[in-house]
Amino acid sequence: MTITLPSISLLPYLPEIVLLITALLVLVIDTFAGEKRWLVWLALLGTIVAGVTTWSLSLGPTLYLQDMLAADPYALFIDMVVLIITAISLLLAYDWLNSHAHQQGEYVALLLFSAVGMMTMGAATNVITIFVALEILSLSLYVLTGFARERLTSGEAALKYFLLGAFASAFFLYGVALLYGATGHFDLVGIGKNMAGTGLMAAAGVALLLVGFSFKVALAPFHMWTPDVYQGAPTSVTAFMSVGAKAAGFAAFLRFFHVALAGSYATWGPALAALAVLTMTWGNLAALNQESVKRMLAYSSIAHAGYALVGLAAGNALGMSGLLFYLLAYAFMNLGAFGVIIMLEKKGSGDLSMSALRGTAREHPLLAATMAVFMFSLAGVPPLAGFFGKFYVFGAAVKANMTWLAIVGIINSAISAYYYLRVSVLMYMVEPDENTTDVATNNRPVLAFALLVALVFVIGIGLWPGIWMQMAQQAAALLG
Amino acid sequence: MIPLSWYLVVGALLFVIGFYGALSRRNAIAILMSIELMLNAVNINFLAFWRYLTPKEMAGQVFAIIAITVAAAEAAVGLALVIAVYRSRDTVSVDEVDLLKG
Repeated sequence: MTITLPSISLLPYLPEIVLLITALLVLVIDTFAGEKRWLVWLALLGTIVAGVTTWSLSLGPTLYLQDMLAADPYALFIDMVVLIITAISLLLAYDWLNSHAHQQGEYVALLLFSAVGMMTMGAATNVITIFVALEILSLSLYVLTGFARERLTSGEAALKYFLLGAFASAFFLYGVALLYGATGHFDLVGIGKNMAGTGLMAAAGVALLLVGFSFKVALAPFHMWTPDVYQGAPTSVTAFMSVGAKAAGFAAFLRFFHVALAGSYATWGPALAALAVLTMTWGNLAALNQESVKRMLAYSSIAHAGYALVGLAAGNALGMSGLLFYLLAYAFMNLGAFGVIIMLEKKGSGDLSMSALRGTAREHPLLAATMAVFMFSLAGVPPLAGFFGKFYVFGAAVKANMTWLAIVGIINSAISAYYYLRVSVLMYMVEPDENTTDVATNNRPVLAFALLVALVFVIGIGLWPGIWMQMAQQAAALLG
Repeated sequence: MIPLSWYLVVGALLFVIGFYGALSRRNAIAILMSIELMLNAVNINFLAFWRYLTPKEMAGQVFAIIAITVAAAEAAVGLALVIAVYRSRDTVSVDEVDLLKG
């Protein structure tokens, strides 16, 4: 028996490799560096280099590594979104890391490892790669969640996240096994070709995969971990995972449904639509009376997963590009909102209560205005990024003859306006309490810069949505 | 030769036992063990499908090995988190780890 070695071309994987090398460098330098502050800047440099690599690697759509990964416009778009998220998350964590100097290297390295997992998920064209990438991103996030060792809630959040995440992975894996049994393939194209005529086993496999995916992107009724984990994790980690894990999860989710299950849209379209309705309604209703801002944003992120799912449930080209646009817009507005929380939260508390927001506009007018923009954008007020995200995904639903879904989405947006505007009302129209004046905002230029970047993009995407939508449309070309 | 369906039934039974354990146990380590049981139940399925459906291709076997590796990494991270929680709270019961709720 002769064994021929396959030709291995790692060139299209270069952006991820750059990030991996940066992460390893950070770990090595961390062991003997006296001044750890530079590690964040090194990681940021690695992220930028990876971004430039992504941009300049115009290899044309190609499959590589035994067709396990794709370098198509779609994967490149997800790469860029993840890299932007990583860069802003590094800046958001900068001040917090300086008070946790002995852990700085691990934090930065784990963040980069997680980003590699996210980017790989966007490129994966085989359920094996999707699974491995999902685990790379999840395992790093479990540890990051428990990083604030001085707070009991952080460890608790990490434990809960881990147990439910691993539980979901088991479902995902079982789904993969059943799909393999039904079709004899692991690659999405092979599954798609052999899907016709498969019976109950394939359906059960898809259902189990859907459960696994739903856990990861926090769709109701598999979202139970989200509020606890988002509240307990260090806020910079919450910001990163709320947008990063969601973008990566939806990226793989969409590729799976559009490539492997393209022929059976009639079955999964309505199912996903029902899931979207359940998710956004549940998330919005639960967010209405939360006392912790982080917990409120956790439920809001569940609702946003529901809106994004509308784009997938629509199943058409507009839905696909709308979803990509949504992920991008959501990344900036949510990172920004969490950035403001980091700015306002008391040192070591890792959380911010609604009542602590009272009257903050008086002392911090700029910060309050920034938060108001992010809240308006999350609520979907034009002309901000969040409005056009919703506009495109709901438009896709109408185009797919699911007008009822778009109407439910719009009603939900109206409900959500209540709790987003409540933040602004508390900041602007309520007198500050005696005991809430200890909200700490000292001079933090790095954090302020990250907020500024997020703010510019939220407004920029809102003012010129056409440019970004065009990018998303070009990216919505999947390589089978 | 033992028919394929027998392996699948064993796999499904093990998965359900693990599922039950993960939901009913209160000890975090017992939950972790139950999850490992679920993952290994899936490995039985992978190997059975590989042997009966596509014995010429390695993919099924390789995926089982990858799943084992991932399960090992998961156990390492999970046990580390359990130890971290135990050190700060002196308990690994998920009922008593309940600061976050609402």
